[in-house]
Amino acid sequence: MIEEYRGVWVFIEQSDGEIAGVSKELLGAGRKLAEKLAVPLAGVLLGEGIRELSSQVIGYGADVVYLIDHPVLKHYRTESYMKGVNFLAEKYKPEIFLYGATPNGKDLASAVATDLSTGLTADTTMLDVDIDKRLLEASRPAFGGNIMATILCKKNRPQMATVRPKVMKALPFDESRQGKIIEEEIALNEEEMRTKVINIVKDVTKKANLADAHVIVCGGKGLGDAEGFKLIHELANTIGASVGGTRDVIEAGWLPHELQIGQTGETVTPKIYFAIGVSGAIQHVVGMKNSELIIAINNDPNAPIFEVATYGIVGDAHEVVPKLIEQLKQLRVEQGGEVSYV
Amino acid sequence: MHIVVCVKQVPDTKIIKINPKTNTLDRRSAPAILNPYDAHAVQEAVKLKQSLGQGKISVLSMGPPQATEIIKKSIEIGADEGYLISDRAFAGADTLATSYALSKALEKIAEKQPIDIVICGKHAIDGDTGQVGPGIARRMDIPPVTNVIEVTKFDKENKIILVKRKLTNGYEELEVQLPCLLTVEKEINQIAYSPLPNMIRAARYKPNVWSVGDLEAVDKTQLGLKGSPTVVGKMFTPPKLDGGKRLEGAVDVQVKQLIEVLSEKKELLNVK
Repeated sequence: MIEEYRGVWVFIEQSDGEIAGVSKELLGAGRKLAEKLAVPLAGVLLGEGIRELSSQVIGYGADVVYLIDHPVLKHYRTESYMKGVNFLAEKYKPEIFLYGATPNGKDLASAVATDLSTGLTADTTMLDVDIDKRLLEASRPAFGGNIMATILCKKNRPQMATVRPKVMKALPFDESRQGKIIEEEIALNEEEMRTKVINIVKDVTKKANLADAHVIVCGGKGLGDAEGFKLIHELANTIGASVGGTRDVIEAGWLPHELQIGQTGETVTPKIYFAIGVSGAIQHVVGMKNSELIIAINNDPNAPIFEVATYGIVGDAHEVVPKLIEQLKQLRVEQGGEVSYV
Repeated sequence: MHIVVCVKQVPDTKIIKINPKTNTLDRRSAPAILNPYDAHAVQEAVKLKQSLGQGKISVLSMGPPQATEIIKKSIEIGADEGYLISDRAFAGADTLATSYALSKALEKIAEKQPIDIVICGKHAIDGDTGQVGPGIARRMDIPPVTNVIEVTKFDKENKIILVKRKLTNGYEELEVQLPCLLTVEKEINQIAYSPLPNMIRAARYKPNVWSVGDLEAVDKTQLGLKGSPTVVGKMFTPPKLDGGKRLEGAVDVQVKQLIEVLSEKKELLNVK
């Protein structure tokens, strides 16, 4: 039965004629898995007027694109997308199927896994395969603990996982890559849809996009009070970074809910992460430890944040940060213009 | 109007400790609480009931017998009835088996009074998957709307609601036909202080506890460990980040070193 299932698939998220970053990353990660298993890598592309995106899906690593282009698929909706994806998966039977761990990716994968009655691993951060057993090894931080768990789906196919954005690496775009496009048609009727997208509102403020930020300044309760927390905003403003906070900070009301970083808030993987006055409780660390460069400033030399920090400064934030801001401003003057992190 | 809220008992991750030898959580070190997102789900049900001026709120949980505590907590927030499905047969369930068991209990709850809305928290803070809510919706064949941040309109006559759903970079407004399932974000509401009568009622309330035998037409192969396609293969310590490097010296010296580090990350510097 499960031998019928072959190939690695990636669900391609797109909006406004652009492929989501996480989908490109998954094509990169999926490429490696497909090569190990010696099977093709496919991208699953659904939408309206999205045919020309196929060449991009191929350019980022796919051998095959499964395409469904239909007006009802204009915007993501669970019921319509699920129908398309279920149809493709049942017809072409992939052994592995990856989705971005985004609101839409998670939503879709959960619905598809239920319909296909198969296993789905959430928010994975590492992917590998056991070549002999053809098993996907999807690893994620185990609940809270400082430990990873590898989740397997031995008897059901496809083996599915959602993967956190900004963890995997996309391949450089290769314009010369060749691939096959398989277009399918399915019957979708707008009248039968029980959900309608009325409006999509893009939040263009930097704040709202914590998950996409390249540089984040995160403050913890070590800053003392709301007044002390202003230092965080000041540093962030100096370098054009986004501001985040720990659960304590949110609960104290120094920042709004949506700026919480950690297990119960956002998971972030910026290039640079400043943790200031942050002790490094597991619930926080889970949400930021995949950041590229982590700088911790804390007056407690035993704070666990120093274990995940690339560089640590033991000292009083109120003494260190103003000096840091001053130096960064100085640097800007020396560079003869604006210094910011993009 | 019948709203059912699915709730889960979880260890309080805020105060839970790690066993340094095994790197896993010492569950005894933390009290069990109502999953924070689920508290907001119950609160939203209370809000909807208040705005409609009528309706009934039931809560449903799956867990060990002591999970009746979080049902009582939900009654305190304002739920009317509570159901717990508790049985060894449910143990070890992954998200697929969990959504199956809960949907069977929902079927039974719906026999008494049809369900108009199911509300779940966005995810539980112990599993962190967010997969059970949409799974239930599929099994009930009702539309799921995940990551809801606001219910903006409730059109009772046409059985339609308008909701805002959080996206990666903004939100979308959706019109959804009832019955439907919502999973809610924390920002959807503020947990109100429970009025005294609720607290008294909660203290005296005896939740309905059902075992597998109380549910109808259950396929036992889809329950618990047996019904769970996913298994934990191995546990391992994550690859070490190159962390732990301390900058030394006086504050000025440390800051200077830090600036050097940041300057090395040239690809990130945007010099105009």
